[in-house]
Amino acid sequence: MAGADKTLRVIGKPVRRVDGRAKVTGLTKFADDLFLPRMLFARLLRSTEAHARIVSVDVSGASKHPGVRAVLTGKDLPVPFGILPVSEDEHALSLDKVRFVGDPVAAVAATTEDAAAEACDLIRVEYEPLRLIADPEDALAHSEPKIHDYADQGNLHKVVALEFGDVEEGFREADLVREDLVFFEGNTHLPMEQHAALATQDADGRVTLWSSTQTPHYVHRALAKVLGLPASRIRVIATPNGGGFGGKSDPFNHEIVAAKLAMLTGRPVKLTLTREEVFYCHRGRHPTLMAVKTGVKRDGSITAMDFRTLLDGGGYGSYGVASTYYTGALQTVTYRVPRYRFRGARAFTNKPPCGPKRGHGTPQPRHALEVQLDKIAESLGLDPAEMRLRTLHPPNSLTANYLRVGSMGLRSCLEKVVEGSGWRSKFRKLPEGRGVGLACSSYICGAGLPIYWNNLPQSGVQLLLDRGGGVTAFCGSTEIGQGSDSVLAFMVAEGLGIPPADVRIVTADTDLTPVDLGSYSSRVTLMTGNAAIQAAERAREILATHAGAKLGVPPTRLGFAEGRVFDVEDPAKGMTFAEAVVCAESKVGTVGTVGSYSPPPSPGRYKGAGVGPSAAYSYTACVAEVAVDRGTGIVRVERIWIAHDIGRAVNPILALGQVEGSVYMGVGEALMEEMAYRGNRFGVHKIPSMLEYKSPTTLEMPDVVTYLVEDPDPNGPYGAKEVGQGPLLPVPPAIANAVYDAVRVRVDEVPITPEKVLRALKLRAAGKEARVGPTRFPDVPWPEAIRVPPPWEGGDGRAVAGEARAAERGAGGRRQGGLATGVSK
Amino acid sequence: MPEARTPKKPRRARGTKSAVHLLLRVNGEDREVTTAPHRTLLETLREDLGLTGTKHGCELGECGTCTVLVDGQPILSCLALSADYEGREITTVEGMADGAQLHPLQETFADLGAAQCGYCTPGFLLTAKALLEEKPSPSREEIREALAGNLCRCTGYLKIYEAVEQAAARMREEGPRGGR
Repeated sequence: MAGADKTLRVIGKPVRRVDGRAKVTGLTKFADDLFLPRMLFARLLRSTEAHARIVSVDVSGASKHPGVRAVLTGKDLPVPFGILPVSEDEHALSLDKVRFVGDPVAAVAATTEDAAAEACDLIRVEYEPLRLIADPEDALAHSEPKIHDYADQGNLHKVVALEFGDVEEGFREADLVREDLVFFEGNTHLPMEQHAALATQDADGRVTLWSSTQTPHYVHRALAKVLGLPASRIRVIATPNGGGFGGKSDPFNHEIVAAKLAMLTGRPVKLTLTREEVFYCHRGRHPTLMAVKTGVKRDGSITAMDFRTLLDGGGYGSYGVASTYYTGALQTVTYRVPRYRFRGARAFTNKPPCGPKRGHGTPQPRHALEVQLDKIAESLGLDPAEMRLRTLHPPNSLTANYLRVGSMGLRSCLEKVVEGSGWRSKFRKLPEGRGVGLACSSYICGAGLPIYWNNLPQSGVQLLLDRGGGVTAFCGSTEIGQGSDSVLAFMVAEGLGIPPADVRIVTADTDLTPVDLGSYSSRVTLMTGNAAIQAAERAREILATHAGAKLGVPPTRLGFAEGRVFDVEDPAKGMTFAEAVVCAESKVGTVGTVGSYSPPPSPGRYKGAGVGPSAAYSYTACVAEVAVDRGTGIVRVERIWIAHDIGRAVNPILALGQVEGSVYMGVGEALMEEMAYRGNRFGVHKIPSMLEYKSPTTLEMPDVVTYLVEDPDPNGPYGAKEVGQGPLLPVPPAIANAVYDAVRVRVDEVPITPEKVLRALKLRAAGKEARVGPTRFPDVPWPEAIRVPPPWEGGDGRAVAGEARAAERGAGGRRQGGLATGVSK
Repeated sequence: MPEARTPKKPRRARGTKSAVHLLLRVNGEDREVTTAPHRTLLETLREDLGLTGTKHGCELGECGTCTVLVDGQPILSCLALSADYEGREITTVEGMADGAQLHPLQETFADLGAAQCGYCTPGFLLTAKALLEEKPSPSREEIREALAGNLCRCTGYLKIYEAVEQAAARMREEGPRGGR
């Protein structure tokens, strides 16, 4: 690993994670591991109809069932909620309509889980079925019945169009213009832990909720809204998540229901979802159909790109507006794209809602783009790695859509995987049935804007210094397995020159910790890291002032390391860290500091500029080597070489784990994972179980060779960038490209199942176009694009005057101020 | 291992008794439990005995998360009826350490990043423990094979293999040890 900084003692070292011992002894308390005296168990009754009006709900049988303590229906919780202020379209229990099979309709709390389940069976719901809207084409064809009343057009939840420079002119300048249609199937997070929530009303009447959530702050806000309580009377504690991957980022029905039932019964209430129910909660990858048209010069440099996406959103908004923009936002940060047009539409359909899964809205377009570049390279007779190396986006510059790229280590990433994989001796040179493929990608290090509009810090850290030398760090950040607790401890320890073991971590508790927005958008290391550094620097100042006075050394000459505060010019002269705290405390009283962080403002000033900006961008390059069985169509990924520009690895073990986990998830998405529904049978989920929803076991997981590229970013804490999501992105396209290299067939559709490979091989054998994939992109009533001249055409980040307003009127969206709509300041 | 059963849940009238009284041996201790006859071993461990180190991911025998050892062999506790396990030696993750001294597998899992979210970890630890007791020097392929019934969504399994290999090496060096 490059860039090891000798002055750092904790950052960059392979130290054990702070929660390591708890996790291997069974002592980590996940939400369902919590039991309270007098606790009741709750169950949800879920809709058996995909789209229906609720005529009546009869709970009389359930209420009389032995052990039942409370029954709820929609009218008990009539206030709508939802993660984005522009799409607060959910109810804790369906009020008058159900929108997918699995939509919660009623809830029961009872003395045992069995009694609660039995009582749910006794609830009689009368439905008046409505026409099922099965997929986006169906939604386009049928604007009635409307799944929601607030959509942009009929059943199209969101339709957006942005143009940066004259794309048609760009195509005229090109030597080659290629258009491809690619489909990326939906898939789900499948965290090992089923969602669970436990609520109780304290003796003083306050409500406490423990929940496996990635976003306790947003749950806190949703609870206050729906329960009609001041936020100050609600406490939300995020228990360590048994995996999240984005699937625990929305405020959920079961969390609100558990809290309401606790308030009604005066007893603790726990609600744990079954595995089947986790499939209904979903919020996973949007199935996305894409049309990508790119113009290139003979050397592979891009002259213009036109990108269209059609997303299957499922029954509710969730993060969908942001997801839609994300399918268009990050194409520009990897290679130089001088002119760019993006049009995206998200349809409401009668299926579990889609939302953010690892990579949020960007793996699908990344897949389409990287597969297309592979085809372009072949047409131009260029090596795909060489072609990419020539077209990289320059560091420290703006993109066509006004994203500010800082450090950019992709060149080095590409060189590492090309070298490591023996690319030059393998590409187009391996025997039939074996192949290599290459792809690159980029990802944000935290969304630039919060989910709801505010001017507040996005992460806060508070430090309390104990006179015994211990430091407690309080932060709202949420441990989902990625190691955020450890990152916080390491940052504080490095800043104060003490061992991580002397830092106690208190996180994800709205009563005790300053707000951190949560574990999503790969934001935690960068944002809590910077907040922690600021808090630690302020603590150092206080300690240096008073320790310096005692030692007779100017505070600026004091160093902090190995649990000591000392004169850097005479290290023997100093005191222990604990003594320094005593010095300060005796002069100024209790020693505590705070730090906070907000990302830099984005230069984009057009509607839609809110999605994509980030303090920094990570970069990844990947080579996959596969073996394809021509008899069965089975694709076996033998090895992955992956290089990730992480800025700086805060902890190499944790960083490698994130890369390997991302590769794993990318392999699953590429080859087998899919959310499948029976459109002809009322939208029932085909496979809501872990056996039939195929995910890679040890037997499918390839070997992985990982290179961490450390190109420190000035905005990152100690230069660090993200690593949790970015490395997933290039894996599916690298595999698709490798399949082509192996058997010369294109499967322009993910997952690349054996059946599709066989179909393509048959086409090839018959002398037809050896391709399986979508053949048409339906007509979408796009609004007139908002035109924003790119920076190199004299643009200032704003839309062309007049047009912006017209386009906004044309889109007809509701305005509610939430920034994730993309409404810029 | 007994076959999976899905007992029909009895509709009980108010106030009737329907419990069974069991004597289970868990982590070397005798534990008396009064519980419903259809309770799974998973439910009994977690809810009757407070041993929440054993987790559940599906309760259908698909994910391996609830793995415990019975007489040294891994079983899926979500598919096992508690009443069938009287007189057997049951080991959960809480029984892996020797007092405060962690099992080598626990040490290497913690040190090498084999536990990320940690939810599948107890199941992996126990499956790996059974493997190492049978094969002190397993090959990478044998480790892969042995762990194929346990799903992990975080790690991509690679750090888990490394942890098992390093623990195996340590155990070979240190020789037979106490504890379970």
